[in-house]
Amino acid sequence: MSSSPPAVLEVASLAKSYPVRGGRTEAVAGVSFDVAPGEFVCLVGPSGCGKTTLLRCLAGLLAPSAGEVRLAGAPVRRPPPQMGFVSQDYSNSMLPWLKVDKNVTFPLRHKGIGARRRAELAAEALRVVGLSEFARHYPWQLSGGMQQRVAIARALAYQPEILLMDEPFASVDAQTRGELEDLLLDVWATYGVTTVFVTHDIDESVYLADRVIVLSRRPSTVARQVTVGLPRPRDQISTKELPEFTRLRTEVMRTIAQVGGGGPASSEHRAPPGSSRVAASP
Amino acid sequence: MIRRGLLLTLEIAVPVLLLAGYAVWAARAQSFYFPPLGTIQERFAQLWLFERVPDDLLPSLRRLGIGYVLCVLLGVGAGLLLGVSRVVQQAVQPLAEFLRALPAVALIPFGVLVFGFGDSMRIFIIVVGAVWPILLNTIDGVRGVDPGMLEMARAYQVGRWGRIRGIVVPAALPRVVAGMRTSLSIAIILMVVSEMVAGRDGVGYFVLESQRRFAISDMWTGIILLGIVGYLANFLFVQAERRLLRWHRESKGLAR
Ligand SMILES: Nc1ncnc2c1ncn2[C@@H]1O[C@H](COP(=O)(O)OP(=O)(O)O)[C@@H](O)[C@H]1O
Ligand SMILES: [Mg+2]
Repeated sequence: MSSSPPAVLEVASLAKSYPVRGGRTEAVAGVSFDVAPGEFVCLVGPSGCGKTTLLRCLAGLLAPSAGEVRLAGAPVRRPPPQMGFVSQDYSNSMLPWLKVDKNVTFPLRHKGIGARRRAELAAEALRVVGLSEFARHYPWQLSGGMQQRVAIARALAYQPEILLMDEPFASVDAQTRGELEDLLLDVWATYGVTTVFVTHDIDESVYLADRVIVLSRRPSTVARQVTVGLPRPRDQISTKELPEFTRLRTEVMRTIAQVGGGGPASSEHRAPPGSSRVAASP
Repeated sequence: MIRRGLLLTLEIAVPVLLLAGYAVWAARAQSFYFPPLGTIQERFAQLWLFERVPDDLLPSLRRLGIGYVLCVLLGVGAGLLLGVSRVVQQAVQPLAEFLRALPAVALIPFGVLVFGFGDSMRIFIIVVGAVWPILLNTIDGVRGVDPGMLEMARAYQVGRWGRIRGIVVPAALPRVVAGMRTSLSIAIILMVVSEMVAGRDGVGYFVLESQRRFAISDMWTGIILLGIVGYLANFLFVQAERRLLRWHRESKGLAR
């Protein structure tokens, strides 16, 4: 899995700094990694380390200060076609004047896809995320977890070749979160979409990924890449019981502690492995 | 249910009682300025059902309609432009603030000079005075659009025009409509004033002319008619708003 397939996404010495009063804040400093077609990569790092900045650069929403992002060999300068994007604050990406199905088809309408095809894609995507009955509801009539599923359905209906997600499950309850993680893995396995998933939750990263890229504190650099060889399909209980899961999780956690993540090292003592979630930052 | 019934009863009872009070009082007072209710009623039926409707009411409504539509087009159009582009806004803001602070009626002499005594002058006054709430609210509404929505659209390759049409306009709509409502009442006031100051027809002109002829009952019928016009315009507006912005009302009601 390590080097053989050609990369679909290449990140080369990417750096981004923001102008602030009296200088610049360096958010990302020289990040390089590749993502293979169909791979599921998680980016983990403490809050404020520059994960969102990095992902927005990957998405072509933000111009890097230095370095380059290439998608299928071509430099990314603006959001590329066939890219699905689910942001950290999903509720702000819902359009409250449109019902759920129209929220899902919003990007398709502007892509010039006909009404009948749009309806088909929306129905299919909503079925996959289990929201078929709520197609004619408004997003604000749904719970947070359901709105997040709408955001995922919107990405699916777009039929992306690459899916970028920024802490999509950070603000839903633990139970819903497990369900959404499994839903995402199902979708990923079915459609084979290349996925870059940002999280600050170590358990989540190991549970989901083929490979975990651990970022340092701000300005972020790649501290370590951990290949996850856990068998698929994964299961919330049995996968997390595997000794290999515990080992990987500890490895990621240790890396974060070494680069100055702070919190995780101490919470490891309090929480028995696998029984609770450990965040990369308090 | 009982509470609603009570409120509705009150809503009807208060105006009826006031009218009855006036009728009783005016009949006894024999005041020149406050003719008996029966006389006003009679004159109202004679004048406005429907003899003078084409002569005075329709011209007034036409001015109001054209002026108001122009206010909406200009206010929303310029507001979108100013709200979207920081540069244009910087350049135009001071001028807009000045013009807005200027009482529109002060421009009537100038309007007469340029447009003469016709409808153009009156429409000009309505636009100059009533466009501001729409313009400023539109700018505010555009500014207040959630960046998260715009970023989502950008990530999905929705172009600039698509983002304006698909996100900025609907997201700003509640503010725009609030501005349109304020603007409507200002437009009605300016319609009346412009007809009084330099008019040959219209309900405003009729009120002033009746007063000059000492036809006090006629004057009151004009005033009452203006009240009815304002009330109906606002009523229709609120009905349209309810339909158009149902999502806004309900989403706000739901958010704790
Ligand atoms: N638009 C911006 N202007 C200035 N500083 C910013 C901006 N966006 C993010 N930052 C700063 O960059 C750093 C990284 O932010 P972010 O990428 O959001 O981190 P994360 O997603 O890992 O929590 C933070 O210190 C943040 O304050
Ligand atoms: Mg973030």
